[in-house]
Amino acid sequence: MNLNSYGLRKFKNRFFFVACAVCVVLAVAPLVSILWEVIVRGAPQLSLNFLTATNAKDGIGPAIQGTLILIGLTSLIGVPIGILSGVYLAEYGNNHFGSTMRIINDALTGVPSIVIGITAYGVIVIGLIGSYSAIAGAIALSFMIIPIIARTTEESLKLVPNNIREASLALGAHKWKTTLRIVLPSAKSAVITGVLLGVARVAGETAPLIMTILGNRYFFQGLNEPMAALPLEIWRDSLQAQQSIIAQGWGAALVLILLVLSINIIVRVVSRGRLRK
Amino acid sequence: MTNQKNPKFFTKKVASLGDFLFKNLAAVMAASALALLLIIGYELASGSGSVIRTFGADFFVGTQWVPNEGREIYGALPYLLGTIASSGLALLFGVPLSIGIAVFLVEMSPRALRVPISYLVELLAAVPSVIYGLWGLFVFRFILVDYIEKPLNTYFGWIPIFGGPTPIGLDLFTASVVLAIMIIPTVASVTKEVVAAVPNSIREGAYSIGATKWEVIRHWVLSYGRSGIFGAVILGLGRAVGETMAVAMLIGNAQGAAAIPTSLFAPSQTMASLIANGFLEAAPGSLQISAYIGVGLILLIMSLSINLGARVMVTKVLKVKGGAVE
Amino acid sequence: MTETQQKPIQPDPQAKMQSINLDVWFGQKQVLKSINLSVKPNTVTAIIGPSGCGKSTFIRTLNRMHELVPNAKLNGQVLLDGEDIYAKNVDPVMIRRRVGMVFQKPNPFPTMSIYDNVAAGLKLTGAKKGEDLDDIVKKSLIQASLWEEVKDDLKKPGTSISGGQQQRLCIARAVALRPEVILMDEPCSALDPIATAKIEKLVIELKQNYTVIIVTHNMQQASRVSDFTAFMYLGDLVEYGRTKDIFESPKSKLTEQYITGEFS
Repeated sequence: MNLNSYGLRKFKNRFFFVACAVCVVLAVAPLVSILWEVIVRGAPQLSLNFLTATNAKDGIGPAIQGTLILIGLTSLIGVPIGILSGVYLAEYGNNHFGSTMRIINDALTGVPSIVIGITAYGVIVIGLIGSYSAIAGAIALSFMIIPIIARTTEESLKLVPNNIREASLALGAHKWKTTLRIVLPSAKSAVITGVLLGVARVAGETAPLIMTILGNRYFFQGLNEPMAALPLEIWRDSLQAQQSIIAQGWGAALVLILLVLSINIIVRVVSRGRLRK
Repeated sequence: MTNQKNPKFFTKKVASLGDFLFKNLAAVMAASALALLLIIGYELASGSGSVIRTFGADFFVGTQWVPNEGREIYGALPYLLGTIASSGLALLFGVPLSIGIAVFLVEMSPRALRVPISYLVELLAAVPSVIYGLWGLFVFRFILVDYIEKPLNTYFGWIPIFGGPTPIGLDLFTASVVLAIMIIPTVASVTKEVVAAVPNSIREGAYSIGATKWEVIRHWVLSYGRSGIFGAVILGLGRAVGETMAVAMLIGNAQGAAAIPTSLFAPSQTMASLIANGFLEAAPGSLQISAYIGVGLILLIMSLSINLGARVMVTKVLKVKGGAVE
Repeated sequence: MTETQQKPIQPDPQAKMQSINLDVWFGQKQVLKSINLSVKPNTVTAIIGPSGCGKSTFIRTLNRMHELVPNAKLNGQVLLDGEDIYAKNVDPVMIRRRVGMVFQKPNPFPTMSIYDNVAAGLKLTGAKKGEDLDDIVKKSLIQASLWEEVKDDLKKPGTSISGGQQQRLCIARAVALRPEVILMDEPCSALDPIATAKIEKLVIELKQNYTVIIVTHNMQQASRVSDFTAFMYLGDLVEYGRTKDIFESPKSKLTEQYITGEFS
């Protein structure tokens, strides 16, 4: 064996160890930079007025309100449908129909959000309501959250041990009662985790809102009216020339990222605590 | 629940009624995914009808985008090429990093670092697209321009892909690098699972013939997991193809033939970014709207096929053979 | 031949491999307790003992394979030709080329052909495809008594052959590096009796060129193939000597009980 080649192999071994560590640093660096910039540029904006006033008074109140309304409406539509689909896939889905729906569900998660925006535009903005509207945005976001919740619900229910189901069935409970009273509650926290992660995911979506809720400088006007939202606020502010408006965009970004990341972090902490037990 | 006359019939009926209703309600909800997908398909197909009827195949292979009334012409090719270029570049930059991260986490990282690092990498996926765009627009773009784009453009500008006027960072390169960052969590986490699923007996066999750690990873672990990793890459591609806001804010918003990607440092446009940037400029019911919807249809078909292909691949690999498909 | 435990152990100039006061911990758990054992060149040494006695761990310390387990900690020395393989400047990669290993379950590389399975180790050090490499592959397969069965299928995947053939392929893979010692960790436990008989015959042939240390669950196997036998129990080396002596007149009560099948 020649020593040279051995030296080279040893060098490669060290080199790639360092290279892989560098990959980690290169991936984490943008995250750190984003958080840092958003905080440094956004924090000076924060004030009671900024959070509650309309755009005309240098605030992003309508956008915050709009995003909260969107989250609420989307959950109202998406959570029951998503959870029930997940229940079907986990408890009854062991057949041809079930596996087809599973694939369709996966396919739906792969549909670009802008395409969902166009669909909601066609069906609701043009078709049903005839106006850019809050409800169109909520429906578009529901399209996105349903497959996510269905998937996580299915996975959580499948982790519930079968003997729990059998014990309940053996006591004479029907399958639907067993599912609703025993199975779902025992997977409760995992299902909630999935819902929250889904909410965090769609709360930051911008593209489907462009052609549905459009944006608005005023507070909520009605479900059939255009509405503001944080992601749209950030986008529109970023396109302006005035530094003061761009700064407001950073402030809105800080609020949005706090919302999204705090959901993520809370979910993490809670679900890790559960695993440790 | 008791019935004197026909207890068996009656209880069975009652028992099955609740189950019947619940099961079918759940089934209808599960079928909603299909309904949504059909609605999406129908809306895009019907919405793009007028542009496809007007221009026929030219809509797919044409390069012009002229919304001026009277001489309207719409061709989607530049944005298809822009999408392919930007997501291809995103893979080029993002995949090696993702594999490096996955390998580091599974094979090299000290135990104590494993959870925090994978957590941080996953947080990258939680940052909203529009915030990537904001950061790219006001922070990252200038770093790329100063340290990569300008030097390459100045000294290697004679190579077409680095050519063009002095870059300002609103271009294919910036968009692709940000896209690369955005797909890292997807690719890295699936690759991590694939690498972790490689049986230890293979590692042991390789170590026993005197392979170094890197050789074990390079020649055995990655080679054994290659189809799973390929699936992860395709999944990342699916994400890159459909990504909208960050790209729309960074790619320079070129239209028509100018959007055809030629130089890394020139503005371009993807299908998704074209729609986001231009949709509201079109009047409802116009041919222009139809053109945007037509572009959306191409995007839908492209991302559906990519995502389905990738999922089939990844599930097959992870479930059937724990890493290898031969 | 039994080492006395109390006196300080001297390196044995006759030994091919020797462990001196070898302790191993996995985390808090001590799995090997002061093992002293010296193995003569060109012999087959069998290591027997009930599951969990540390026999697998022990042979893994002989080519530093146990280091792949996180939290493994080792104290003491293992000498190969009188030199400590745990000395600071020694790279386990080099040791593993001198001390080859065959595992419990046949683990040919599934992504490689039969030929490449055997050639893999040589290619790592830069051996190019060609007649030399072909020659070594052929010789190794002959030494592993596999050549006749696979000579027309060298391009097929290493996993395409039967379990017994796979295990012999793994032996060929180890032999191809011309190691000095071959460690075998229960190489027949996953094989049928016919395949087992072939491997046993092979083990006896291998000692002409190599020093073989084999862990086995099967006492008949130990008595058939080995010249020396070590009996381990709960991390201790209870008794070590000529196989004949161990099986016919064990000194320790525990060894006798184990050999007569009173526990397993």
